Parts: sequence; structure tokens; C-alpha cells
Amino acid sequence: MARILSYCVAGWSGFYVMAIELLGGRLLAPYFGSSIYVWGAIITVFMLALSLGYLAGGAWSMRAPSLRRLGLLLLLAALASLPVLLWGDAVLDRLSISVRDPRLGSLLGAVLLFFLPTFISGMISPYAVRLLVADRGSSGRSAGGLYFVSTFGSAAGTLLTSFFLVLWLEVDQILWMLMGISALTAACAVAAPRVEAAT
Amino acid sequence: MKRLLALCLLTALASRSALAAGQLIHSERSLYRQVLVYEEAGTRCLCFTRQCAIGRQSCVVLANPRQLVFEYTRMMLGALFLRPDPHRVLIIGLGGGTLPRTLAGLLPDATIDAVEIDPAVVRVAKDYFGFVSGPHINVFEEDGRAYVRRVQRAGTHYDLVLLDAYDSEYIPEHLLTREFLQEVQALLAPGAVLAANTFSASRLYNNESVTYHAVFGDFYNLRSGNRVILLRQGGLPPMAEVSANSRRFDAAFAPLGFKPEALLPLFSSRADWDPDARLLTDQYSPANLLNR
Repeated sequence: MARILSYCVAGWSGFYVMAIELLGGRLLAPYFGSSIYVWGAIITVFMLALSLGYLAGGAWSMRAPSLRRLGLLLLLAALASLPVLLWGDAVLDRLSISVRDPRLGSLLGAVLLFFLPTFISGMISPYAVRLLVADRGSSGRSAGGLYFVSTFGSAAGTLLTSFFLVLWLEVDQILWMLMGISALTAACAVAAPRVEAAT
Repeated sequence: MKRLLALCLLTALASRSALAAGQLIHSERSLYRQVLVYEEAGTRCLCFTRQCAIGRQSCVVLANPRQLVFEYTRMMLGALFLRPDPHRVLIIGLGGGTLPRTLAGLLPDATIDAVEIDPAVVRVAKDYFGFVSGPHINVFEEDGRAYVRRVQRAGTHYDLVLLDAYDSEYIPEHLLTREFLQEVQALLAPGAVLAANTFSASRLYNNESVTYHAVFGDFYNLRSGNRVILLRQGGLPPMAEVSANSRRFDAAFAPLGFKPEALLPLFSSRADWDPDARLLTDQYSPANLLNR
């Protein structure tokens, strides 16, 4: 049960990051256009945030790792996306006025709106590896399984968002939905250890 | 599906050289696409796909460069029938530069600003299509929407705005939303005219129509293969005025290879779209998915 939930959290986190990244392009386009620089800025910020998140997640897994904390990370990543919904347009509007170069503007915009949620999402994978590894001999297989789930989630998030979700829903509706699913998945991970202990 | 079949058929024919685009005289990979120049029987064309499989962006007859090859460029000039004497002109989407070149010839006193996202397209327009930027034609290499926001803050206004940034292969979705059109509207001086080269072949036609109508109200709709939307800030002129204005261009249009009156039957103000289609906004802009 705990293993399955760890995979679920990592897989959903992969989905979440790519869905947000694609929607990020849409959010920035009205202010900075959709030139190759804008996409370059978004991808750079996401990759940078993920890479630093991996470091932080690995470090944090050294101290009393638990499924509960993994769930909390997912919840935090969702909460850290709230400013995108609440103040995203205001921030980008202000930024596009004060920064004339769309390259710098979109880099700063992407940092302000997406760095924190993506950083926290990056913490999830190494943390989940720590929960899954039983011994040194099988550690590679556990990590492989986790990479699979997480990157497969990313692929699904990319495809579903760009082919279907944007055709059915508004950008903000998709963001609320993603955050809702994150909260639900997080709740399962947080509650599961207690349920298991009680039975 | 019919479009897809037609496309396959076209590609198949093209590759058998029966309908080949001609000799490839220039090819480069830009930041955004493949930029290709083909030449056949004295006509040179700009394409973004091999053998121009998904259409030609711009063509010029070398012996007579002023002649307008595409019907849509002629339809875009119908904007002059709504406002014959624009002084400040904005064109978003350069292609081979046919529109700015033609308008500069027709309006010697006008200042023309052309915005193009792809520096390679600007280069190719200059090297292969006789496009020259100069004292009256400025080129800005940047995203159309970023440009519009920038000059809007600077308080710039235009008498004529032409949107020519869409092609059937890829639509910049942020240039086809209510918010973008509102930003463009803010650039229009009183009595200014907007001309947009858009789509007619898919269900996007409905979404695009309701979006333009929501922002601008009534417009003239010119359809024949292509679709061009023409409208005037502050109210659409009646056909009598359009027709009277068209006669002012009888002589000027002669070198372009068509008569102004030939455009008049295309002007329609009938709302021939589904009024319940969903509005395109910055929040909902799946233009490419709808254009299938």
C-alpha cells in the first residue's frame, strides 16, 4: 500500500509539473509573446527548479523519511502554485511594463510564478526513492521504477493538457483541477500510514 | 478528414513533380521553421514546407513584381475602401513583404510598421522578394502581441492595421483571442480600419467570428477560399460609401492586376456563423485544435 502510494505521488507529480509548464507558456504569451525565447525561458526555469529540488529532496530524505511527509510535499507544491492563479496576471503585467526585453521578462516571470512549485515537485522523486529502496541490491530497480512512473506521468500530463484539456477547459479551471487532484493524492498519502497502523 | 485527404493528394502529386513547386533556390532552417524559396515559370514563392505542400506564403511574378498573385492580398486591400487615406499603417506578419511593398506604392505618404517574429523571414523577404525597409517602412523583429502591448503603452495609434500572421499549418493562438483584439482595438485611431486574413475551412471559423464580433461588432466578411475580415472603428460604412471609395483606386490598382470593383461582390455583412460558438480568450484559445 505504502509503495503504491509512493508511486502514485511521484507519477502525479510528474503529470502536474508538465501540465503547469505547458499552461505556463499560455500564461506568459499575452505579455511576452510566444517566441522561442519565451519557451526557452520557461523550460530553463523548470529544469533549474527541478534540478535544485532533486538536491533538496535527497537531503531531506536523510531525516525521518515517511510517506506522510512525501504527501505533504505534494500538497505544498500545489499550494505554492496558488499565486499563479491569484496574482499571475498582475505580476506578469507589471513585469512586462518594467522589463522591456521579452527574454529577461519571461525569465523573471517564470521564476516568480513557477520556480517554487516546481522546486518542491522536484523534491518528490528522490524522496520517494528513499521510501521505496529496500536494500542496496535492489536500489537501482526501485529508482528505475520510480523514474518510469514519474516520467510516464510527465508524458501523460503533456499529452492530455495540450491535446485535450485546453480544448475543454479554461486555463484557470485546469489549474484548479490539477491542484485539487494534488490535494486529494496528498491526503491519501498523509492518511494512509495511520489507517494501515490502525488495522 | 476531407482536408487531410486533399492534403495527402496534393503532397503525392507534388512529389511526382506534376504540380511541383519548381526549383528550390533557397532553403534555411530558422528559429521557427524551414524557410524555402521556390521558383517556376517566372514566379517565385515563399514556403514553409517542402514543395509548398501546405501552401505558399507569398509569391511574386518576377517580370511584374507589383502584380498580386494571391486573392487574399487583393481582399486585404479592400480595407482601403473603408478608409482610402491611412497615414499610419501596422502590418503584423511579413511573409514575402507583399502587403507592405504594395501599400507603400499605393500610399506614398504613409508610414508603415511591419512586425515579424522570424528574422529569417525578414532576411528572405529582402533578399528574394524585393522587400526594402526604408524611411517609410519600419520592420520590427518581435512577437506581434508583445509589439502591440509595447506601442499601446507608448500611446501609438494607427489608421490601418492588417493582421496577416496566421497560416493553416500553425496559428499563434495568443493572436486570436478577445484580449488581443481588444489590445489591437486600443491602437486604432477614430475611423481606423482593421483587416484580418483568417480562416474559413474549419469549425474555427465560428469561434473566430464570434470573437471578432464580440470585440468589434459588425464587420464585412470577404470569403472565397480565404477569408478576410474588414471593419472600421466607430461603425461600418454602408456599401454605397465602400463602392464610391473603391472607384478612387481604379488607376492605382491597374498595375496590381485587378479592378477594385471585382472585390465588391465579396463584401458581405451576413452573420453566416454559429453565434453559440465558444469565444476565444486568453483563458481558452485552442485555435490549432479547433482548426482541424
